[in-house]
Amino acid sequence: MYVAVKGGERAIDNAHAWLAEERRGDVGVAELGVAQIREQLALAVNRVMAEGSLYDPDLAALAIKQARGDLIEAVFLIRAYRTTLPRFGASRPVDTDAMRCDRRISATFKDLPGGQVLGPTFDYTHRLLDFALMAEGEAPMAPRAPVTGEAVPHVMALLDREGLIQQEPATGTTPPDLTREPMELPADRALRLQALTRGDEGFVLGLAYSTQRGYGRTHAFVGELRIGAVTVEMDIPELGFAITLGEVVLTECETVNQFAGSKTEPPQFTRGYGLVFGQSERKAISMSLVDRALRWRELGEDDEGVPAQDEEFVLMHADNVQATGFLEHIKLPHYVDFQSELELIRKLRRTAQAETQEAAE
Amino acid sequence: MSDYNFAYLDEQTKRMIRRAILKGLAVPGYQVPFASREMPMPYGWGTGGVQVTAACLVPEDRLKVIDQGADDTTNAVSIRKFFARTAGVATTAHTAEASVIQTRHRIPEVPLSEDQILVYQVPIPEPLRFLEPRETETRRMHALEDYGLMHVKLYEDIARHGAIATAYAYPVRVEGRYVMDPSPIPKFDNPKLSMAAIQLFGAGREQRIYALPPYCDVVSLDFDDFPFDPSKADAPCALCGATHTYLDEVITDDAGGRMFVCSDTDYCAGRQAAGEAAP
Repeated sequence: MYVAVKGGERAIDNAHAWLAEERRGDVGVAELGVAQIREQLALAVNRVMAEGSLYDPDLAALAIKQARGDLIEAVFLIRAYRTTLPRFGASRPVDTDAMRCDRRISATFKDLPGGQVLGPTFDYTHRLLDFALMAEGEAPMAPRAPVTGEAVPHVMALLDREGLIQQEPATGTTPPDLTREPMELPADRALRLQALTRGDEGFVLGLAYSTQRGYGRTHAFVGELRIGAVTVEMDIPELGFAITLGEVVLTECETVNQFAGSKTEPPQFTRGYGLVFGQSERKAISMSLVDRALRWRELGEDDEGVPAQDEEFVLMHADNVQATGFLEHIKLPHYVDFQSELELIRKLRRTAQAETQEAAE
Repeated sequence: MSDYNFAYLDEQTKRMIRRAILKGLAVPGYQVPFASREMPMPYGWGTGGVQVTAACLVPEDRLKVIDQGADDTTNAVSIRKFFARTAGVATTAHTAEASVIQTRHRIPEVPLSEDQILVYQVPIPEPLRFLEPRETETRRMHALEDYGLMHVKLYEDIARHGAIATAYAYPVRVEGRYVMDPSPIPKFDNPKLSMAAIQLFGAGREQRIYALPPYCDVVSLDFDDFPFDPSKADAPCALCGATHTYLDEVITDDAGGRMFVCSDTDYCAGRQAAGEAAP
């Protein structure tokens, strides 16, 4: 005899206990420390900070440990924590001109003031598994050189001198905060950039790639890519001046794109922009391509009807915490809806069969 | 859980949600945008309902949470536990004893009273979404009362299948104005949408709240010659013998054996305790 299933609560508790045990894995292997994740899986930490919209390497490392390395789950943990924090103000805009660059490259000029600095990049590594890493104890040291202190001006500023690049007038308005206000469409560029910078890396990458393959081509050159630390300052009204809160590492990408012009304005290059927490180069480049594709309206381009140009499509589907939650909710019981469909389809089939029978007789 | 405010959300957020709820009650069936917060459970798992419940709860409340009509489904257990921990409110499985009921996919069988609030978890609040994917466009359609597309869809169902082929989340018209998605309840529950209790609908991921005030006029869309038909399995409950309740079909073996039991487990248990039994 059927009895309604009870014991959901105990099942959940037991599942959580099992999960905790699995997370730890073989106890014969040393436990992974949060500091180890922070130091040695830094790019995963960066991704979690970027998509979690919270710059805190320790918490991001903790989230990665707790999530057993599932980065979207880790992003979710960070977001759920972030939303409980009071928002007590906004910083001054960070000055990426004054960034202490670990890496700075331009694809549009062979050499330029500040120089091409490769920094810690995978770019020219040969992707051969390094079995030496399976042994422990190595602590490689890179050669060092003194800091030159040379200024590293933005490539865009160099183009701007000649009037070759389209101007971005300062609006002076406070950007909206999509974590505090419901997203309203159409969105202005500040809101779009905000959504993209916390958007899923894979999703933004796929969209950017689609523009390169012809779905809304914008002819992007990487004018400049820079990674480094910037100072975060905040105006304190009671003090009447700004104080330094700390510094964050950012990746900034500016693309130079196909030019626009009209009868009244001579042709000018246009810009795409990406800015992401941490060393998140793939994401920053992707973001700048998608940003540029989304600007078709303000730059007077045609709507080609491609996904990367479609603001609503891009912004409503870029968030992986939203996407994964809704996707995975179909695991939850749906037997009431399904029952309703079952009744309906049985009834429709009965009617159809009766009609076929009548026709045959 | 002393690190968190009563019912988890901070008071500012609750105030923002309460404003959206009041606006929703003032304009029945209209989807009010609200700044949905990230909750410690996934989007799509009731975050909208949870935020609405959090904004409604007071310490004296007694909360019931159901999913598919049952109090013991895993997600209902999880949400009930969340509020027991973060708000410390009393919980119950008995519909009549609850002051706030959060539900997913069902309306309880027992008629609710004026001092109760029914909170629905909503996945896709927009009834026109699968006819028109763009939010910018559907908002315009609601503003202009441009619901022709919905009627065409229902008509095409009839042309193709001989009946309206929507079994759950069956669209309704509220007070002769807004077309509304009642959330994925089976259409069997639609006639109960005009009720004494306040009904609040929360869609967290989609950032929308809407509401039905008590005794609101709610009509399921249909045609004169194809009237709305709330249907259910044509069988009595195998446990309590009820013939007027919504039933789940339970597969009992791999040879076609099956039985039908009430989806509202509290209602069914109550009938069994009162001595009602299967015929």
